[in-house]
Amino acid sequence: MEATHALASGTSSLLVWLIALPALGATILLLAGRRSDKWGHLLATALSGASFVVGLVELFQMLGRDGESRGVTQHLFTWINAGSFNVEAGLLLDQLSICFVLLITGVGTLIHIYSIAYMEHDHDRRRFFSYLNLFIAAMLLLVLGDSFLNLYVGWEGVGLASYLLIGFWNQKPAYATAAKKAFVVNRIGDMGLSFAIMIAFTAFGTVSFQGVANHAGPEHKQIMTWMGLALLLAAAGKSAQFPLQSWLGDAMAGPTPVSALIHAATMVTAGVYLITRSNFVFDSAPTAQLMVVIVGVVTLLFGALIGTAKDDIKKALAASTMSQIGYMVLAAGLGPAGYAFAIMHLLTHGFFKASMFLGAGSVMHGMNDEVDMRKFGRLRVAMPITYLTFGLGYLAIIGVPPFSGFFSKDKIIEAAFNAGGPRGWIIGFAALLGAAITAFYMTRVMVMTFFGQKRWADDAHPHESPKLMTAPIIILSIGSIAAGALFAFGSSLQHWLEPVVARGFVEGEPALQPIVVSIMALVAVALGIALAYVKYVRVPVEAVAPTNVSIWTRFARRDLLQDAFNEAVFMRPGQYLTRALTFFDRKVVDGAVNGTGALFGGLSVRVRRVQTGFVRTYALLILVGAALILAAMLAARI
Amino acid sequence: MNLIVAANPFSPGQTGTPEAVLFWILAPLAVLAAVSMIFVKKAVHSALLLAWVMITLAIFYIAQDAPFLGIVQIVVYTGAVMMLFLFILMLVGVDSSDSLVETIKGQRVMAMIGALGFAVLLIGAVGRSYTGFAGLTAANTDGNVEGLAQLLFTRYVWAFEVVSALLITAALGAMVLGHRERSSERPSQRELSILRFRPGSKLPGAPLPNPGVYALHNAVDVPALRPDGTPDPSSVPDVLKARGDVLDTKAFEMHTIEEGEDESK
Amino acid sequence: MSPNNYLVLSALLFSIGAIGVVLRRNAIVVFMCVELMLNAANLAFVTFARLLGNLDGQVVAFFTMVVAACEVVVGLAIIVTIFRSRRSASVDDANLLKY
Repeated sequence: MEATHALASGTSSLLVWLIALPALGATILLLAGRRSDKWGHLLATALSGASFVVGLVELFQMLGRDGESRGVTQHLFTWINAGSFNVEAGLLLDQLSICFVLLITGVGTLIHIYSIAYMEHDHDRRRFFSYLNLFIAAMLLLVLGDSFLNLYVGWEGVGLASYLLIGFWNQKPAYATAAKKAFVVNRIGDMGLSFAIMIAFTAFGTVSFQGVANHAGPEHKQIMTWMGLALLLAAAGKSAQFPLQSWLGDAMAGPTPVSALIHAATMVTAGVYLITRSNFVFDSAPTAQLMVVIVGVVTLLFGALIGTAKDDIKKALAASTMSQIGYMVLAAGLGPAGYAFAIMHLLTHGFFKASMFLGAGSVMHGMNDEVDMRKFGRLRVAMPITYLTFGLGYLAIIGVPPFSGFFSKDKIIEAAFNAGGPRGWIIGFAALLGAAITAFYMTRVMVMTFFGQKRWADDAHPHESPKLMTAPIIILSIGSIAAGALFAFGSSLQHWLEPVVARGFVEGEPALQPIVVSIMALVAVALGIALAYVKYVRVPVEAVAPTNVSIWTRFARRDLLQDAFNEAVFMRPGQYLTRALTFFDRKVVDGAVNGTGALFGGLSVRVRRVQTGFVRTYALLILVGAALILAAMLAARI
Repeated sequence: MNLIVAANPFSPGQTGTPEAVLFWILAPLAVLAAVSMIFVKKAVHSALLLAWVMITLAIFYIAQDAPFLGIVQIVVYTGAVMMLFLFILMLVGVDSSDSLVETIKGQRVMAMIGALGFAVLLIGAVGRSYTGFAGLTAANTDGNVEGLAQLLFTRYVWAFEVVSALLITAALGAMVLGHRERSSERPSQRELSILRFRPGSKLPGAPLPNPGVYALHNAVDVPALRPDGTPDPSSVPDVLKARGDVLDTKAFEMHTIEEGEDESK
Repeated sequence: MSPNNYLVLSALLFSIGAIGVVLRRNAIVVFMCVELMLNAANLAFVTFARLLGNLDGQVVAFFTMVVAACEVVVGLAIIVTIFRSRRSASVDDANLLKY
């Protein structure tokens, strides 16, 4: 297979400003300290917006060129120059990156604006905004890096920002622990990425996308398989995919705008970006691709099942995020047939999930930071705008036409069926099942929050959020209405991305007609809604979570035992191993070392008594020694 | 000892009878002196006994065709080195006698065992070392001193030079060790006088008085008389006082009329 | 008489000297015993020179005397120095260098 990677051509000196502006903001805000408390949030928002404007300029410049020469690069400096190993710090902006740039800066700027109001009463708001800017800069570096190593810098940068923001209220031990958990689980994934980089360097002597892409092909199938699996591990860590999914639920400890920006719209999709960006690796490694598909399917069902049992609105949305990213990973695993749909779903999801998270934040804002949906109910009256925007997001995520989720998810299910053979049928129906469950639990969230009887506490006075918060939600809602159709109409996004991810790909004969798949998906969604209607509208929701529930509910409430599993399989044995090792170290190693020391020390204490200080004793010893030597000499002579 | 063989001067491996007689008289005495030397209490006695052993050895050297070494032994050892020892004994305290009680546990027993074992092994070794008797007649044809000189200034000239360097170094070392750095300015005569006459001074205002001088007696062991006629004990050396050798002044005093007047008082 | 007797005498004097070194506490007496040991060795050298028929043994004995003279000079100087500071010529009193 020839290099599918777009040959970057042309340069743009503006590229570096995309990253530099928010990085500057973070630096200023962190260094200026409390002096910038008054204007820090405004500066951060302005810089994020400026970055978005730069992104738009880049987009229009790109539109001005024809398909093959749309990618641009900017060489910054030679980063590593060690013999044959050369890493240039360079930026690459192509059709794939620009999607991310606009998503990150666009949604990011909206969430900056939202946060101005949301974090108004937090005395650390300036620090919050500096972290947000840091995140934007790191995420842009991630999507703009032109080599795996540059990407890795951004990758670690967003991990740091995520850690800092999850633990933003680190005065609460549980939140600090959640941040640590996210960081540790992410480290496992990061190891995968570093392994992939090492494999690329060892095998090909280069770590740039272009360099590795030049080696892609069946002749390097084995190397590409290993590299693909390592990249999959990295993607699973960052995107909360099975088996590294456990951190995402706890990551909701961060402020809600963070959940919306980092843990729904952008950072968690970095894994999908990585897989799509490394399409040349996966296209050469069918085994790795199959693993990607399996991980995607498992996660989309896993997340959906968890979502059915969560009463915490943010955790329910987090489970949904996990599930939706599962869809994206599934699509990315399908190869050139799916990359575009993965990105399409990623973008639409970025809109509707961000809007829903911001809606959830708005609800919490009005309900004294209450997150238990059983304490909500009938909020549509108190918060009409939030209700409407959240409802639009809801329609989008469950895939009701003509909202955006319908187009993107429908395409993924369709591509799954088209994977061919029994595999296609299995993943296709799994995706359909996921769609049904999604419809069920999202309906449940909707109903429990906005419909039914009011169940809130007496001291809660639900009210609509200020305009500074509702405006970004409204803009995002418009995106969640329109984006899907925009991307899907005439396969525009597919064609847009084709030079990067699917060059020369010809669609085969579909296994099922698209209309059939759409009808099946709609039926699944309808079934899900119906079930939720039966369970949560016909029967009033209890204000306190019932305890006499089926084992399956309990199972789902405990996140399908993911933490228990991790604890039992990794943490406890790790602790036992550590304890055993420290015991071994203390008793055996230290024992041997200290014992040797004590032996010689004790021996010395006794032997030094020989040093009496009396010169006559020494003379006597010399005499006896001389006699002994004489005896030995005579004995030798005899 | 086989006297017949010993009497034959040309018999290989034997010495002449006069030498044997000399040896059997002097050797036991030397051993006796050596043993006494380590068991007498006074260091001066040890030195004298050692001198005796050294003289014996000098005689043995001469008897063994080493007249130069014999003379050097007497001059250097008995003459110079032993004098040095005695000199140091004077400095350290000539009349001190050492306690022979052993203070280190097991030292005496171990010393005896070690030394006896060493002696037995050494005697066993030298007893077996006898390989033949060449004699020095041939080597001493030009004279013992000339023979030694020839060796010293040819084959052993390097060692000779090194030893000369050693001698100079030792002399310098002894000077360095013996030198005492003054920590304060030497007091002038004027300062010393002021010190002497200051109340509470331990130094006498004037030098000690000489012993008494009498017509009838060598005066060192008799105290001098003060102007008032009483004897002054400080005029007699302490050593004599300790020995009890100080004589009474009465015997040498002139009987004057004042004495009678004193009695009448 | 066998000239070996001189060697036996030398061995006896040497051992006696060794006992003296080990048993006496007065540094000057210890020194004398060392001299005795050196003299005993010299006797052996002179006897061997005679037994072997060349003068090398006597030359070595001569060197021994010279070195012994140096040793006496330096050793006695050390004794005087120690006596000056400690007011004692006992080798057991100077026992600070110990465990």
